[in-house]
Amino acid sequence: MELTGAEIVVRCLQEEGTEFLFGYPGGAVLNIYDEIYKQDKFKHVLVRHEQAAVHAADGYARATGRVGVALVTSGPGATNAVTGIATAHMDSVPLVVITGQVATPAIGQDAFQEVDTVGITRPCVKHNFLVSDIKQLAATLKKAFYVASTGRPGPVVVDVPKDITTQKAEFSYPKKIKLRSYSPVTKGHALQIKKAVQMILDAKRPMVYTGGGVVLSNAAAVLTKLVRLLGFPCTSTLMGLGGYPMPDPLFLGMPGMHGTFEANMAMQHCDVLIAIGARFDDRVIGNPTHFSQDGRKIIHIDIDPASIAKRIKVDVPIVGNVQDVLTEMLKLLQASHERPDAEALKAWWTQVELWRSRDCLKYDRNSTLIKPQFVLEKLYEATGGEAFVTSDVGQHQMWTAQFYKFKQPRRWINSGGLGTMGFGLPAAMGVQLAHPEATVVCVTGEGSIQMNIQELATCKQFNLPLKVILLNNRYLGMVRQWQEFFYGNRYSESYMDALPDFVKLAESYGHVGMRIEQPGDVEGALKEALGMKERLVFLNFITDQSENVYPMIPFGKGLSEMMLV
Amino acid sequence: MRHIISILMENEAGALSRVAGLFSARGYNIETLNVAPTEDETLSRMTIVTRGTEDVIEQIIKQLNKLIDVVKVIDLSEGRHTEREMMLVKVKAQGEWREEMKRMADIFRGRIIDVSDVTYTIELTGAVSKLDAFLEALDKSAIIETVRTGASGIGRDDRVLKA
Repeated sequence: MELTGAEIVVRCLQEEGTEFLFGYPGGAVLNIYDEIYKQDKFKHVLVRHEQAAVHAADGYARATGRVGVALVTSGPGATNAVTGIATAHMDSVPLVVITGQVATPAIGQDAFQEVDTVGITRPCVKHNFLVSDIKQLAATLKKAFYVASTGRPGPVVVDVPKDITTQKAEFSYPKKIKLRSYSPVTKGHALQIKKAVQMILDAKRPMVYTGGGVVLSNAAAVLTKLVRLLGFPCTSTLMGLGGYPMPDPLFLGMPGMHGTFEANMAMQHCDVLIAIGARFDDRVIGNPTHFSQDGRKIIHIDIDPASIAKRIKVDVPIVGNVQDVLTEMLKLLQASHERPDAEALKAWWTQVELWRSRDCLKYDRNSTLIKPQFVLEKLYEATGGEAFVTSDVGQHQMWTAQFYKFKQPRRWINSGGLGTMGFGLPAAMGVQLAHPEATVVCVTGEGSIQMNIQELATCKQFNLPLKVILLNNRYLGMVRQWQEFFYGNRYSESYMDALPDFVKLAESYGHVGMRIEQPGDVEGALKEALGMKERLVFLNFITDQSENVYPMIPFGKGLSEMMLV
Repeated sequence: MRHIISILMENEAGALSRVAGLFSARGYNIETLNVAPTEDETLSRMTIVTRGTEDVIEQIIKQLNKLIDVVKVIDLSEGRHTEREMMLVKVKAQGEWREEMKRMADIFRGRIIDVSDVTYTIELTGAVSKLDAFLEALDKSAIIETVRTGASGIGRDDRVLKA
């Protein structure tokens, strides 16, 4: 039977098992919206800004491992979506973003709401398509889902001109698709894996450095087995938190610019570094020339060959899906009677414990002001470490990463690569829709939350009982911190003046608002809020304005050049 | 180091801009670039001459391979290959120049493909160095216009780039 392009779009999403379509209507996608109206297989979630549609789809994807789907109109719809697309691209999140486009004959005519979406999004997508033939529409959408979800995942944009949505074609959704120009590897090279295992067995001062790849490839369970079998110290980057249980004694905390003393020192002084789905980025290792290489061997497992040897030379590169490679490694280790030198490992742990005893995350617990760290510790306790936590970007993000000890993957959802303020609230919406019964918390700052605060309306419409934890220090905290450290206390434009009354604001959107000013009230407020299972509660914590995130590695320095409390 | 990179890719709208965009976004250098369909009209063959350290070239190849439209990539300079470039030069051909330019074209095995009262257009094909040498040999004031295709290359013997 022949279907219109709009019907085909809707049918394709249904075939893919799409649960939620995050979107915002407009001229170029009206035909698609008309078909959405007529169906009930998936739910459309109307956001209040296109950026939020993509972040919400992104949050859904990160929390479930499935492809997130968003739909926006042409022109400003597409440009508003770009920040969301770039965010997903930097963090390798599988998304399909369908953008409306002006009708084919109008393309290039500077038509109303026309923009070169394929051109604008090209550098921040895994791939994109402009559909110019109705006969190719279904196959293109199939390709989009396939490319987005395989290999190193990423966002794929499908730009659909309005006339294509009214034209008709025979519909058949391909079951499978093969692209001659795209065949991502999964299995790692057997010989390289053997070499790596031998290097691990020979290690005297080993360190396991894991990243977002562990979460993306659902490798948390096998990673945990492997690390425990070996008894090696382990760290996870901002993107990898929860890939290894953080409360575990083998876990040293996060590495990097605001990583723990013990994690950074162990990264720097190990003799074998096992990098798993992590990419040695600037916020993790600082200046690569300060990343000491003396006698240290590096094993690097990554699905993206371009991530290997990009910033750091490695000794044993293994291209492959992290889960597959770790499973192979574990098999080899279990079959081997050899074990790493126990004496050497003991001596190494003595050193690591010495570093850990530095207690680098300590803060003033007797302060009469609310310390942001304290709020997060109490949040961790009150939720048993089991909540889904999204964040925005800045100090609150780093403190959450340091103080909320995730036990499972896909629970910590933040914009690591692009560092997108305004990500947290819409991402939390996607997470809550994916897990309606779960506790979903958005930790934010008064700068970040105002970048997408309009989504409180979406939360009301869809009854999303999020808990918004606003650590309100009346400053763009991370900017202020840099200005204090590196710009002689010249707080240029970092003070957030004229803040709204967040309690009234939350209430005006139909939610519950709370203002907490005393440290003694923190725990009670959190418990009360978490008890309101059906309501979104917006907790405005008035925190210490002068608190800084420690440790800190100044930009351009190496891992052992930390500023400590 | 100079490298000549050959790319086989889907002959689709926008494929060229993906490659060009990759080079500019990541700060890689393009000395010359050319592209045209192959005997299989669904595929295009692109040749890029670039410069960079071994690390940079390795990243360029990896990043090119990451592009979904790219079927295969080869660094021709890694092995035996031949290279050719074609050039059209419009030169002054009046008075004493007229004989001189004809003689120079002959010496370099160029062909005069267009003649007017006052100009010749010389077509010259060869290694990049030969084209450079020809331009060097000409009196600068005689050159009116130069058009070069950029280098194209192909592997020797059984070294092939096929889908």
